[in-house]
Amino acid sequence: MEKKNRKGAVLFSSYKPGEGVKKALSLSREDILFEIRESKLKGRGGAGFPTATKWTIVAAAIADQKYIICNADEGEPGTFKDRVLLLEYPELVFEGMVIAGYTIGATKGIVYLRGEYEYMLKSLEDFLESMKKDNLLGKNILGKENFNFDITISLGSGAYVCGEETALIESLEGNRGEARNRPPYPVNTGYMGMPTVVNNVETLASIPHIISKGGEWYRKHGTDKSSGSKLFSVSGDCEKPGVYELPWGTTISELLHIVKAKNTKAVQVGGASGLCIPKSQFERALAYEDIATGGSIIIFNESRNMLHVLKNFMEFFVEESCGQCTPCRIGNVKLLEGVEMIEKGEYKFSYINQLKGLGKTMQIASKCGLGQSSSNSFISILENFKDEIFNGNGGANGK
Amino acid sequence: MLVMEKNAMTEEIEELVLKYGNQRSALIPILQDIQRKYKHIPDFAQQEIARLLDIHPVEVFSVISFYSFLNTEPKGKYIVRLCQTISCDMQGKAAVAKAIERELGIKFGETTRDSKVTLEYANCVGMCDQGPALIINERVYSKLTPEKAVQILNELK
Ligand SMILES: Cc1cc2nc3c(=O)[nH]c(=O)nc-3n(C[C@H](O)[C@H](O)[C@H](O)COP(=O)(O)O)c2cc1C
Ligand code: SF4
Ligand code: FES
Repeated sequence: MEKKNRKGAVLFSSYKPGEGVKKALSLSREDILFEIRESKLKGRGGAGFPTATKWTIVAAAIADQKYIICNADEGEPGTFKDRVLLLEYPELVFEGMVIAGYTIGATKGIVYLRGEYEYMLKSLEDFLESMKKDNLLGKNILGKENFNFDITISLGSGAYVCGEETALIESLEGNRGEARNRPPYPVNTGYMGMPTVVNNVETLASIPHIISKGGEWYRKHGTDKSSGSKLFSVSGDCEKPGVYELPWGTTISELLHIVKAKNTKAVQVGGASGLCIPKSQFERALAYEDIATGGSIIIFNESRNMLHVLKNFMEFFVEESCGQCTPCRIGNVKLLEGVEMIEKGEYKFSYINQLKGLGKTMQIASKCGLGQSSSNSFISILENFKDEIFNGNGGANGK
Repeated sequence: MLVMEKNAMTEEIEELVLKYGNQRSALIPILQDIQRKYKHIPDFAQQEIARLLDIHPVEVFSVISFYSFLNTEPKGKYIVRLCQTISCDMQGKAAVAKAIERELGIKFGETTRDSKVTLEYANCVGMCDQGPALIINERVYSKLTPEKAVQILNELK
């Protein structure tokens, strides 16, 4: 695969394939866990769970089999950084899985690749073959006795909710991708009931760098509470959309400057399930301690109709709700109907306020992260853009 | 289905079971292979898969009905999925959609009479920086204009 000339402090910094695995195999499992703990790496799939904690639990578990799953279901609207990692930096992702396997004592890694990314399958499988030839996969990896590890790729079939880790496991087991109750968490009862680490593509891709350069080096990037760098998938109204590696703590206005965005009115951070940030808050920082995000950045300029944006998001959730629990299945339909009422000018403020209340209920009562976050954009867009939407200042909806 | 077709289908599924195994986790890979080839999963295939994996046919149907890339009704040789999500929307999805509908003479959700093309919407396909984007079977096309989209469709054989 063609590697673009990308620049970045960590993930896009130079890396010699095999380096991370080689270094890892010269360390003890405890040393690896120590480095990752030192790095303060947190999950990049959205939830931000400390990676070292997850790995430590599975490493300590006693079981016949353990698994490491790479979550490549990348379905959050506006997110495409995993696409770039898989196409241009597969060595980082797969070596991250090998290192995870060694550390937690797993012999099998599974990549859950979204069905929409089937076009990558061939090149990824070819890459795995070349790793086998280099003995970075297979038996006695790089001469390390009794360390055997293989990676297979499973394809999704077009369901956003399968990115949720328990739904993903259900899907891998051959079932409908319906989220499970948590606890138990996958670290205890995961794939085939065995202890399982589920990590995002970007989380895993960070590992080889952390192992070869050290946790302390990694922690020097970013902020105190958000260590390292983050890949941001930038789309919407700007001159230079694409994937950017930036330190945590970058403010929205700094980012807008980098991607050459003009006349920006709003930025949706975190995709459809994230928050819509108005201009007055552009000095806020992208970091776990301020606006935490999986990295989806969608930019809207002055010409955009925010009610139309909101409608697009709510249509997404109505389609993608798995329907298993009522707050999410019915709630999203009600919120979409509310948007349509506003669009037609046939609404009562009292009812819209009730719907915001419903949104808050969904955040508490839904079974999985989809329903718990789908009302975020409903609430934040109607709050932050009420002038445009209800008073007709610039919007088409103040009828 | 003719008896001969049924026998061939059974053989095909038996081979897939050899390839993926007869445990439950083989179900989706088997369904995906059948779907890729026949553009749907016929009733008879569902029954045979259920029999060979030793699960109830309704389990098979239930899984198919969950996933948007699996279906029980026949679709066209080419399944065209245009991304309808916001970044593609802002980059001109609607104009591309109209041009495709005009050219094929069908609406989204429909299949051309010669069973060549099925037109569908997809949610974000991970090409938001290069929209509007669409996927045909498993190939992805980006930075579409109405003209380019129509040209791509016309080149399908
Ligand atoms: C609806 C929904 C969709 C999700 N989609 C993804 C996804 O596409 N990729 C991902 O890595 N995590 C996704 N997650 C988060 C996963 O459940 C899980 O937290 C993550 O894979 C853990 O990996 P990490 O700790 O490395 O971030 C999703 C969560 C929810 C609720
Ligand atoms: S919150 Fe939504 S997606 Fe999650 S289990 Fe409930 S219905 Fe399914
Ligand atoms: S919005 Fe169309 S590919 Fe993401």
